[in-house]
Amino acid sequence: MSNDTKKWFSLNLGSKKKQKETTCGCGKTDGGCSFANTYNGMGEERHKDGFDQVFDVQMGRRTAFKKLTAGLLIGAGAVSTSCSLITDDDTKEKAQIDWEEQFKGNYKLMTDEEKKSTVDRLVRSYQLRTGKTISMSSQNAEENVLFGYAFNISKCQGYMDCVNACVEENNQDRKSEMQYIRIHEMEDGKGFNFNEADDNYYHEVPAEGHFYMGTQCFHCDNPPCVEVCPVEATWREEDGLVVIDYDWCVGCRYCMAACPYDGRRFNWSKPEVPENEVNKNQHYLGNRLRKKGVMEKCTFCVQRSRAGKNPACVEACPTGARIFGNLLDPNSSIRWVLENKKVFRLKEDLGTEPKFWYFMD
Amino acid sequence: MRRLRVFGSLVKDSLDIITHGSKKYHLWMASLTLVMLVGMYCYSIQLEQGLSATGMTDRVSWGLYISNFTFLVGVAAAAVMLVMPTYVLKDIDFKQAVLIGEGIAVAALIMCLAFVIADMGGPSVLWHMIPGIGVFNFPNSMLTWDVLVLNGYLFLNITIPFYILFRHYQGKKSKSSVYVPGALLSVFWAVGIHLVTAFLYQGLQARPFWNNALLGPRFLASAFAAGPALIILVLAIIRTYTAFKIEDKTLKKIAMVVTVAAQINLIMLVSELFKEFYAPTHHSESAYYLFFGLDGKTALLPWIWTAISLNVLATVILTFHKLRNNFKVLFFACLILFVAIWIEKGFGLIIPGFIPGPYGKIAEYTPTGIEIGVTLGIWALGAFIFTILAKTAIKIETGAIRYNKK
Repeated sequence: MSNDTKKWFSLNLGSKKKQKETTCGCGKTDGGCSFANTYNGMGEERHKDGFDQVFDVQMGRRTAFKKLTAGLLIGAGAVSTSCSLITDDDTKEKAQIDWEEQFKGNYKLMTDEEKKSTVDRLVRSYQLRTGKTISMSSQNAEENVLFGYAFNISKCQGYMDCVNACVEENNQDRKSEMQYIRIHEMEDGKGFNFNEADDNYYHEVPAEGHFYMGTQCFHCDNPPCVEVCPVEATWREEDGLVVIDYDWCVGCRYCMAACPYDGRRFNWSKPEVPENEVNKNQHYLGNRLRKKGVMEKCTFCVQRSRAGKNPACVEACPTGARIFGNLLDPNSSIRWVLENKKVFRLKEDLGTEPKFWYFMD
Repeated sequence: MRRLRVFGSLVKDSLDIITHGSKKYHLWMASLTLVMLVGMYCYSIQLEQGLSATGMTDRVSWGLYISNFTFLVGVAAAAVMLVMPTYVLKDIDFKQAVLIGEGIAVAALIMCLAFVIADMGGPSVLWHMIPGIGVFNFPNSMLTWDVLVLNGYLFLNITIPFYILFRHYQGKKSKSSVYVPGALLSVFWAVGIHLVTAFLYQGLQARPFWNNALLGPRFLASAFAAGPALIILVLAIIRTYTAFKIEDKTLKKIAMVVTVAAQINLIMLVSELFKEFYAPTHHSESAYYLFFGLDGKTALLPWIWTAISLNVLATVILTFHKLRNNFKVLFFACLILFVAIWIEKGFGLIIPGFIPGPYGKIAEYTPTGIEIGVTLGIWALGAFIFTILAKTAIKIETGAIRYNKK
């Protein structure tokens, strides 16, 4: 997306080629490149100059609030330390972390240091509670990256390996069997008739006379869910991922009503993931453990995609029906699909500009 | 300083008033308290388990709470139909009713806020929504508009009656130069709250059942029918049980408002039905589900047909002067109209928006006992608040309590 004046992304691949220069020249075609691993978004400070230093300070009210809470915090800390003789240091630290987490700000507006400190707190809190260490990233979006996805309807056989991989990778609630991906089984000869499709089948696949189509969050470039959120707990990142700050979400579910693609899920009860199944390679905006009463959704496995890997669903697909990559990299396989296949998107008339295309061989 | 003393005395007097009354009054308040306590218990279970204690799912993600919220915004907005004639047009026939109407508005708004909070997944982080310390997505999110207009309307509806009652309590006349600007503002504001609430749904391109230009105007028409209908019923009760004088003329005038609004509402319903069923498209499926059921799923059928028959019956009764002027018939018509619109603008509007889902999935919704318990608790809360407000207002207006009287 080189053209900033445009309201949302539109498919204009011919003209983009000239303007684009990818950050690395490794020439790998899918899913970014290994150079991405060495990139550390946290340490980089964006320097503002001119009037930006005065006007572009987003944290004013939050710093003020923080100072207020800091006062309360010291008070509360002092009270609990002085009054209690039995609590040990761990309990105190846990209480301290819980308190700071309860009153932290919106991740979207945090500076890189603040992002890092909340991630550190979350890692420490998990350690205190379970004795196990997780790794959590707060890696930012890279420049010249815009993630896109393509789905080959001819290849998908409905095995649902993608669904299983997604659940495991993203620490989804096992109790309610939450799944980001839905595979719709459709009858041959009826076209894309979602009404008669079955997205909850339990039989051997591929079933005779049927074809399969997967849906998930399409990471729209003009996402209706982002507009309606009353607290800006969900937003579109620079690399096109539509993400949620689980700690900022108030759970009103307005975004769920606004999504035309059934892309969002809600934690109706406390999500449960067995301790030995927890994926410990986490990202703040991605697969870290959620709490009850907040929204969540597919993030194109931000913890993987920003580290230069394919999302779990792409990797798990046994038929190769799923293609993922950087739309701004002219050598990526996603670009090849968009340029050489007859692609289409769902409900394009709504103006949501999904970054998820379907095609057939 | 003097004002503070008067205020202190007013608070003491009203506390005295609301804690004393007839046996029936105490019984009424006790039963409301009981229902509220049951509601709080249900809510504590919901807090503990999460919203899985309700019947809502990923497929139908708003239910009874948001339905009641939507309906009650209309009830709150309806107070304006009494405010405008009284304060702005100086129609004294409405004067007795207006304080009661504003009391209903306050109670309805508090219920609205309670329903929204009950529906939240994370009530403990609601401060994220407070402008200044949280992040307020204004003007993009219609929900933030709704927060602003509802709280603003609540403020107006508390301050205006409070000023008038405060003056009367001291035996002074209220100055029209003080309250008329506020009343005038609240007239526009009332239209605003209901239109904004309609826009909350109307603006979603994902839900064709809501994404329809008639939704806002229909909200207004149904609100101006259901709200004043409730006010008539409440006034009828007040006039039987208290010394507060409400003339027949007042009731008849409000009944006229109800009649016109109910007629307009019916016309809009016909227009909506025509659009959905004359040339049905893919987008008419929610309407099909609501009125006829889809795939053998017919949970809303009995409700919506009850609502429509009651609605038509009430409108017909109200249209004939002879019937409308007979109070027994009028009260009956108001009651069934209120129930009809509660169904129609409540879950008759919210639930079909989600059915069928974005990909045609038809998953029905049935509220759980917990959900119904919380809902009843909030209604009891509204009735409780209204009783307190109305009792104090009536005593001041009838001159039973005055500053320094004793």
